[in-house]
Amino acid sequence: MNIHEHAPGFELPDTQGTTWSRDGDGAPATVIVFTCNHCPYALAWHERIADAARNYAGRGVRFLAINANDADRYPRDSPEAMKRRVTSEGWPMPYLHDATQEVARAYDAKTTPDLFVLDAAGTLRYRGAPDSDYDDPAQRASWLRDALDAVLAGEEPARAETKPVGCSIKWKR
Amino acid sequence: MHHPASLPPLAPANVNRMRTPELELLWWEGCPSTQKALAELREALTDLGLEQSPVAMRELRTDADVRDAAFTGSPTILIDGVDFAAAPAGDATAGEPEPLGLTCRVYRRRDGRISPTPDPADLREALVAAAQRA
Repeated sequence: MNIHEHAPGFELPDTQGTTWSRDGDGAPATVIVFTCNHCPYALAWHERIADAARNYAGRGVRFLAINANDADRYPRDSPEAMKRRVTSEGWPMPYLHDATQEVARAYDAKTTPDLFVLDAAGTLRYRGAPDSDYDDPAQRASWLRDALDAVLAGEEPARAETKPVGCSIKWKR
Repeated sequence: MHHPASLPPLAPANVNRMRTPELELLWWEGCPSTQKALAELREALTDLGLEQSPVAMRELRTDADVRDAAFTGSPTILIDGVDFAAAPAGDATAGEPEPLGLTCRVYRRRDGRISPTPDPADLREALVAAAQRA
């Protein structure tokens, strides 16, 4: 999927059984985060992404985390394990399970994490990493925040695409 | 040159008595941390005056490779054939054992941060212990 393309629609359940879709009921932006439970990059960046979700909630931005990893081969990514994390860590965003991996394939997600910022119309405006260094919490997901600030201001993100960094998505065999 | 506070540089006399440990870095292509881990290993070796030590690189590709190596994730560094970051057998504080698999390994730095590579201080400490073993 390329910048300025319309993002694929989907319907996926979260850890509570609620179904979520790409369309955001009037949200000015939606952030889709492909992530997982066992990747050190996803874990290292998680709190920064969660902080951004909390900080932008007041401006109506939706964050949807999606786990597409093959849970048969990687039991730490099972729906039960996802639910435990959401509960114990107090996630500020729903954690969706892409059991068929169709959504991850439709988005051409590569790694965990891999972020996609959509505008109100569902058009892709940013794709890539949260910031430049998983090892530096002071980065505060700045690439993601810059993209969101631009979208919310009705402007083009100055940095529309960065290389996603993390563990490869664990595709079913 | 930076040395972790808990591990002062070795005195030259100690360096002379050091043996060269056997080093192997196990890696999987789905994890991007291999080069960083190798660089940090070489930096630690250089710190210890062991920069001539060879590091064997072994790629794991299949579930059979995983089972044979008891591989819990990339990168894994073996020092004298032992995973230096594995919890000692019988360590009641170690928690749930890491599952085997072609995956990226989760390390914890000494400051508690999650990292895809070992804490350099832990690595250096393990290398010192191995190099000083009789």
